[in-house]
Amino acid sequence: MMKLRFASPEMLVDINEIPDLDYHRIDDDGSIRVGAVCRHADLERSSLLATRQPTMAAAAPLVADPIVRMRGTLVGSVCHADPQGDWASVMTALDASIVAQGPNGRRSIAVRDFVRGPFQNALAFDEVAVEAVVPAPKGEPAGGYLKLERRVGDYATVGVAVAIDRVGSQVSRAGIALTAVGPATMAADAAAHALTGRPLTTDTIGEAAELAAQAAQPKTDHRGSADFKRQLVRVFTSRILTGLLRSEEEAA
Amino acid sequence: MTSLFQEITPGAAQEIPVREITVMVNGERRSAVVEPRLALAHLLRQGFKLTGTHTGCDTSNCGACTVLVDGRPVKSCTMFAVQADGHDVMTVEGLAGPSELHALQEGFKEEHGLQCGFCTPGMMMASKALLDENPSPTEDEIRWALSGNLCRCTGYQNIVKAVMWAASKLDGGDTEPAEVDS
Repeated sequence: MMKLRFASPEMLVDINEIPDLDYHRIDDDGSIRVGAVCRHADLERSSLLATRQPTMAAAAPLVADPIVRMRGTLVGSVCHADPQGDWASVMTALDASIVAQGPNGRRSIAVRDFVRGPFQNALAFDEVAVEAVVPAPKGEPAGGYLKLERRVGDYATVGVAVAIDRVGSQVSRAGIALTAVGPATMAADAAAHALTGRPLTTDTIGEAAELAAQAAQPKTDHRGSADFKRQLVRVFTSRILTGLLRSEEEAA
Repeated sequence: MTSLFQEITPGAAQEIPVREITVMVNGERRSAVVEPRLALAHLLRQGFKLTGTHTGCDTSNCGACTVLVDGRPVKSCTMFAVQADGHDVMTVEGLAGPSELHALQEGFKEEHGLQCGFCTPGMMMASKALLDENPSPTEDEIRWALSGNLCRCTGYQNIVKAVMWAASKLDGGDTEPAEVDS
C-alpha cells in the first residue's frame, strides 16, 4: 500500500512484537479463533484446520507464495480488504467476524460488513483488529477453496470459497463467496441459499453454481474476459460441491 | 556504527525521526541508525554493504531479496529494518566464509543453476530454509519451496538440480548429476 503510494501514514505501529497474538485455536463451543499475528504458514501447517475446518485448510496453501506466507497474516489480509484477497472470501463464506479493540473495549464486526470496499475496512482510526472468529459449525463442516492464478504469487484471476455444514446428508448451513470478481469480496448468498435445508445433489449443485456465476461482477482485463471469469466461478463452485458429494457417496 | 540517515536522505530535515537498531547479521552484532521507513533489504545493501542480497521487484514478487530472519525466509524488501531490531538475520554472505563454498553454492556451480545470477542469492536462501527444515526434499517439495522466487533465465530445471545436489552433499551422499523430470 505504501510502496504503491495508496497510503502515506504519518506513523506506523508494528504489532508483530505484541506477545500472544500468534495463536489459532478452537474453543470448547467449536468456534475457531485466529490471532492477528498468526501467519498464513502456521495455518497452512495446522493440524487443527486440516481436521476441523476444510475451507480454511484448502485456502491457506494458496495464499501468495511460500515465503510471503511466512510473514503475512489472515487478519492482515482481511484488513487489507483487497477484492483479490483470498481470506476475505473464506471468512465471508464461513460467516466469520473480526474482533476490533479500541479505547472503548472490544467489538465484533462480521467480515461481510468489515470489508467496505477496495482497501477499505470498518476499523475506526483508534482500533486494532486483534482476531478473526469463525463461528462453530452447525453440523459437520465441509468445503473447499479453488483459485486460478497465472503463476504462484500473482493476484487471483478468480477464487471461490465454499463452506457448508451438514447434518446427515442435509445441508444445515452454506456460505459461498467469490474472490477477484467484483469491487469487493462478493458474497453469493442466493447460491448458498439454494443449498440450505436440502441434500447435495447434482441438481442443487448445478443451481448453486449458476447462482454463484450470476453473483459475480467480473471485469475483462489482462487476466481474462468477464465471461471467462464468470464461467470459472460456475466451474469452481460446481467442482468443490461435486467433490463433497462424491466423498459423501463414498462414505455411505 | 553505521548511520543510514545521511545516505538514504541527504540533508534530511531535523524532524525526521531516526531509530537506533541492533541486528545480528550472519552471526555478527551490527548497529545502525535508520529512518523507520527504511526497508531491511536497503539496510543490508547500503548500510552494511552486504550487496549479495538483491532487490529485484521491490514488491514481494520476485524473491531476489530473500534472507532468513530467525531462520525463516523473508522477502527483505517488504520488511522494515526497524522490524529486524533484536532479531537474527542471515544473508547469502553468511552461507560460507570468503574462501569456501556452502553445499548450495557448490550445487549451483556444479549443476549450472544460474545464468545471469540475479535471482541466485534469493534462490539459495529460500533453499537453505527448505533444507534446514527438510534435509532430503523431493523435487516437488523443492519446486514448492522456490515457487515464490522468480528466475527469468534458467527455466528452473538446473536450480532444482542444484538444490538436490546440495541436499545430497549435506546428507553425506553421492553428488552424481541429479535427474529431474522435464
